[in-house]
Amino acid sequence: MQNTLTSRKAWFGNIKGDLVSGIVVALALIPEAIAFAIIAGVDPMVGLYASFLISVVIAFAGGRPGMISGATGAMALVMVDLVAEWGVDYLLAATILTGVLQIIFGITKLARLMKFIPRSVMVGFVNALAILIFTAQLEHFEGANWVMYAMVIGALAIIYLFPLFTKAVPSPLIAIVVITIIALMTNVNVLTVGDMGQITQAFPSFLFPNVPFSFDTLMIIFPYSLALAIVGLVESLLTASIVDEYTGTASNKNREAGGQGIANIITGFFGGMAGCAMIGQSVINVSSGGRGRLSSLTAGLVLISLIVFMGDIVSQIPVAALVGVMVMVSIGTFDWGSIRTLKIVPLTDNLVMIVTVLTVVFTHNLAIGVLTGVLLSAIFFVAKISKVKVTKEFKYNRMHYTFQGEIFFASVTELMDEFDYNTENAKEAVFDLTKARLWDDSAIAALDKIVSNLEQKRINVYVVGLNQLSSELRAKLSRKLSAH
Amino acid sequence: MYKKILLATDGSEHSLRTTNHAISLATITADSYIEVVYVKESTQVKSDTLHNWNKVGVMNVQEDKVMGIEEDLQKAGISYKTTVLNGEPGPTIVDYANEKEFDIVIVGSRGLNAFQEMVLGSVSHKVAKRANCPVLIVK
Repeated sequence: MQNTLTSRKAWFGNIKGDLVSGIVVALALIPEAIAFAIIAGVDPMVGLYASFLISVVIAFAGGRPGMISGATGAMALVMVDLVAEWGVDYLLAATILTGVLQIIFGITKLARLMKFIPRSVMVGFVNALAILIFTAQLEHFEGANWVMYAMVIGALAIIYLFPLFTKAVPSPLIAIVVITIIALMTNVNVLTVGDMGQITQAFPSFLFPNVPFSFDTLMIIFPYSLALAIVGLVESLLTASIVDEYTGTASNKNREAGGQGIANIITGFFGGMAGCAMIGQSVINVSSGGRGRLSSLTAGLVLISLIVFMGDIVSQIPVAALVGVMVMVSIGTFDWGSIRTLKIVPLTDNLVMIVTVLTVVFTHNLAIGVLTGVLLSAIFFVAKISKVKVTKEFKYNRMHYTFQGEIFFASVTELMDEFDYNTENAKEAVFDLTKARLWDDSAIAALDKIVSNLEQKRINVYVVGLNQLSSELRAKLSRKLSAH
Repeated sequence: MYKKILLATDGSEHSLRTTNHAISLATITADSYIEVVYVKESTQVKSDTLHNWNKVGVMNVQEDKVMGIEEDLQKAGISYKTTVLNGEPGPTIVDYANEKEFDIVIVGSRGLNAFQEMVLGSVSHKVAKRANCPVLIVK
């Protein structure tokens, strides 16, 4: 089993590695934070403040040292409609409520419900996320000139080819620097980050979201907050497991859920959008040598310092460069292995994955996609186990029926329909239930019904081989028939 | 001749065949021992965690990959040790082999196509080029 880090080790066990990786992550976080804010339809600062605050708070409150959290695409996609219809103040209120819900999830240990999310839904989740991040970029091409296309292609070329020379600096950062320099030198007229909103060179300050404190407000934000809370926890716990696997150390999932909640509450009060753990950034962090809480703290502090001292430069970044980074993020997020394994994975699993993806693509809501996927796989599961096999054999003047399978509400109808009452010349029948289990009252009722049908034909029925749980249930529920 | 043998593995089926070559080398020299080295690579860990989502916590997805190799080595009665490292497979294996002064490195060749090799780089090539000891590439 994996060991948990002691709190001293989680903070100071890897100081040099954490400082270096924290700086790398901060550089990689800036373009993503801005791009996700643009997806959500808010000022770049809302994303930057979120990434700063969340990574700093999570450093203290999180349950997975070495994991990076901030403004994410998954959360941005959920909040698009809320921002478009009600504005940024409602988003901040929703962010605070998201945090409250996540703390409740953490306290009630709801994190363990994650095991009800099947693998195929998780795969659908990341694939849908990748597709939506990609399609969100397409609107930037509407009415764009060739310069825009050239810049996006140039950015992508740098992102994918630069690592062949060195991996010390994140290649998306190089792409952004190069494209920005080219834009400034050639003085071409392209959309920049500054056009999307003012880069404020200041630390965030406490503010109360400017929304009426009423039941109506709650009704507006609650559905979004619930969806945000669910999406945030799904991505955070998936990311935590990835970091667990990579570092070979265990994490505290319930503490992480609560920590995400605390981070979102604080973020909402300081003008940031709701966020969660980031798979891509966490992978960058651990690959760059980050292991402890210090890496997340460093990332947040370096990020805000860069914004405060170099905000002018940040606002000169062409949006095209960010589009290039987002295309890379979507390619990196998509689980390409799931396409390769389509042929060998069971059909029902593939269906669940594809339905999850389609639901998200149509509703633009990852939470609805996850719930639909879980529901569908539950239905498939019930369908799979609801086959009861009954075989009959004539021996010693009795007809022996052997039941095999799970007898419960979903399987009784078929069982009743297909039961073969022909006992030939036997006057007695034996029901062998060694390999079956009675689950609920409909199972008892079905068994009673079959027994009484046979008894009407003057055939005595002996029920044998019930396991203890099944026979206790039968003793409690069976009315018609006394145990022979 | 080859006392300290480094067997690099990616946990694939092909690397199980590589094990057989390691075993036959180890049986030639008395008191030889094999160190099985598995390198965790971040994108691989990500996709493995996703694909084994419902088994996470039940098993250590990465470590369990070398179980097949360990069984083979136990059967052959060869003394061995398993080491799990983090990082980029090629350079990580090279550094470890040079630092611990192995007598030979055995590595499988995955057979990537030209494009994959350009982007990913062949692990076996990197090891063959930069390791200070003989390298056996098993095709």
